[in-house]
Amino acid sequence: MAVNTMPERPLLNREHAQFLLREMLRIRRFEEKSAEMYSLQKIHGFLHLYIGEEAVGVGAMQAFTPDDAIVATYREHGHALARGLPATVLMAEMFGKATGCSHGHGGSMHFFDASRRFYGGYAIVGGGLPIAVGLALADKLQNRQAITACYFGDGAVAEGEFHESLNLAALWKLPVLFLCENNLYAMGTALARHQAQTNISLKTGGYGVASNAVDGMDVLAVETATKLAADSVRSGNGPFLLEFRTYRFRAHSMSDPDLYRTKEEIEEWKKRDPISLFQIRLREWGMLTESDLARVEAEVSAEIEEAVRFAEVSPWEPAENLLNDVQGRATP
Amino acid sequence: MTYREAVRAALRKALQSDPRVFLMGEDVGRYGGAFAVSHGLLEEFGPERIRDTPLSESTFLGAGIGAALGGMRPIVEIMTVNFSLLAMDQILNNAATLRHMSGGQFHIPLVVRMATGGGRQMAAQHSNSLEGWYAHIPGIKVLTPATVSDAYGMLLAAIRDPDPVFLFEHATLYPLEGELDEAAEPADITRAAVVRSGKDVTLITYGGTLGKTMQAADHLAKQGIEAEVIDLRSLRPLDNPTIMNSVAKTHRAVVVGEAWRTGSFAAEVSAQIMECAFDDLDAPVARVCSAEVPMPYAKHLEQAALPKVEEITSAAQGTISRHG
Repeated sequence: MAVNTMPERPLLNREHAQFLLREMLRIRRFEEKSAEMYSLQKIHGFLHLYIGEEAVGVGAMQAFTPDDAIVATYREHGHALARGLPATVLMAEMFGKATGCSHGHGGSMHFFDASRRFYGGYAIVGGGLPIAVGLALADKLQNRQAITACYFGDGAVAEGEFHESLNLAALWKLPVLFLCENNLYAMGTALARHQAQTNISLKTGGYGVASNAVDGMDVLAVETATKLAADSVRSGNGPFLLEFRTYRFRAHSMSDPDLYRTKEEIEEWKKRDPISLFQIRLREWGMLTESDLARVEAEVSAEIEEAVRFAEVSPWEPAENLLNDVQGRATP
Repeated sequence: MTYREAVRAALRKALQSDPRVFLMGEDVGRYGGAFAVSHGLLEEFGPERIRDTPLSESTFLGAGIGAALGGMRPIVEIMTVNFSLLAMDQILNNAATLRHMSGGQFHIPLVVRMATGGGRQMAAQHSNSLEGWYAHIPGIKVLTPATVSDAYGMLLAAIRDPDPVFLFEHATLYPLEGELDEAAEPADITRAAVVRSGKDVTLITYGGTLGKTMQAADHLAKQGIEAEVIDLRSLRPLDNPTIMNSVAKTHRAVVVGEAWRTGSFAAEVSAQIMECAFDDLDAPVARVCSAEVPMPYAKHLEQAALPKVEEITSAAQGTISRHG
């Protein structure tokens, strides 16, 4: 499965190693708490958890600067946390509170943060790709050095916009990094049941777009591959596509009975849990002690508890404001 | 100056005055635009700002949204409204929602121009009038310039607007001649215009049917009926006060539009009059719309399907004869 071969012990310092672990744990614990809050009916609507895919969100985000633009999907809690959106405003958003990152207008699938160039979660599969192409065009036309990172899943590969966007970005040599999170299922339809060619990284050849397939359960492989690809995009070589081979351990959403895959398959993938695997490696390399782990877990736990407390005590947006933010001030 | 030249003059003025403005769409550059609107602009402004696109409506419309998010002022030309259906997801789910869904953090200063309407024997896939579908959507503005001066002034206003603005240019209007003051300010895109005053009946229309409606008003005048004609100009926002003030005076209304009758924008105007001015009415609101058929190719069939001057005249007479 792993296409990239990583050195046994990469050039990695202890501080960065523990940072990556901590970031993945933040997402894992945030998602577990979100599921709990959904069960308690604090969170409603659709809730798509990122559990199992943390290495992709965290590893890839290390390649981007604050000037870069991020376009995400409806399974974007991991991207948002890794981008630096505070857990407090994300939890408040899912509670529907006025303090949420989208003022309670978006919910779980539509996190936004202008200050971090986080251009949102898109809930129409493939719908974010043209937006990313346009953001990159704007950067290029204004001679900014930024690149645009565009996350999407394997399901999006079946959409026309995937093909149109690869073509247009390549044709205009735009600085877009396409990040395909291949978790093997488009909701409940397995990749092999919706794609004639299941090697997604091979699909870019027809558009002249460089690509690479990466073990999405290995945060270091993800980080290294994304930095290389981002460097290529930054150098003006046009778009690049990375296919991260990963797996979601939870159902597609909270309302999915998960009848389309076997328990054995899920258990097999859980053996490659990105967080457990990374912990084992760090211990082997002498970069993580039991007390380090306990401290990180405690800090993460406190952060998530604070997020829930913040969401609980935050006010609701007054219903009188219902029609605000539909249009700007009309010009005379 | 023609309507086509007026649109081009507005594009040129915007491109000259604002470096963030650029035009993209199918064949807008080297071809000069399917309706020759952008003829000469590639030579004047270069390929960075006059961008030919692949036949990927959803993606270049979406790229327009992204570029607007990124600080540009894109103008996207979609060759005809029929092709805009391929971009409907981007329009409805992204362009119209992002300001609200982001809690007001983002806005989309995007202009989309498209040719619309029938009357040129283009048959069922190139003759639709779907402006009412678009006017259904909160979060966007829908403009229907019907005159040379509006073709110019409304486009300039659209480019200054902070939100997505859709301009429906009826394709039969491109050769229309009219006066234009190129020093004119951007038009007010929130108001309808009373383009002919009268006291007996209000004829309400927009875009491609303004000419026929004005002809009908001439015919009615010869019969001693003074029709007031309103050009809506903007379907969203809709200028209700201008409509209701007129109906309060004439007590009768006929709504004319080229779309199919069922669920048409004419139906919306009729409902608004019912809700806001029922007590002013001396007769039910009448509508003149296209026949409920995919647009036929043959000229006599197409003309039979489109609203006719005689139908407008007759509908107006009907609202008057009802109560003597």
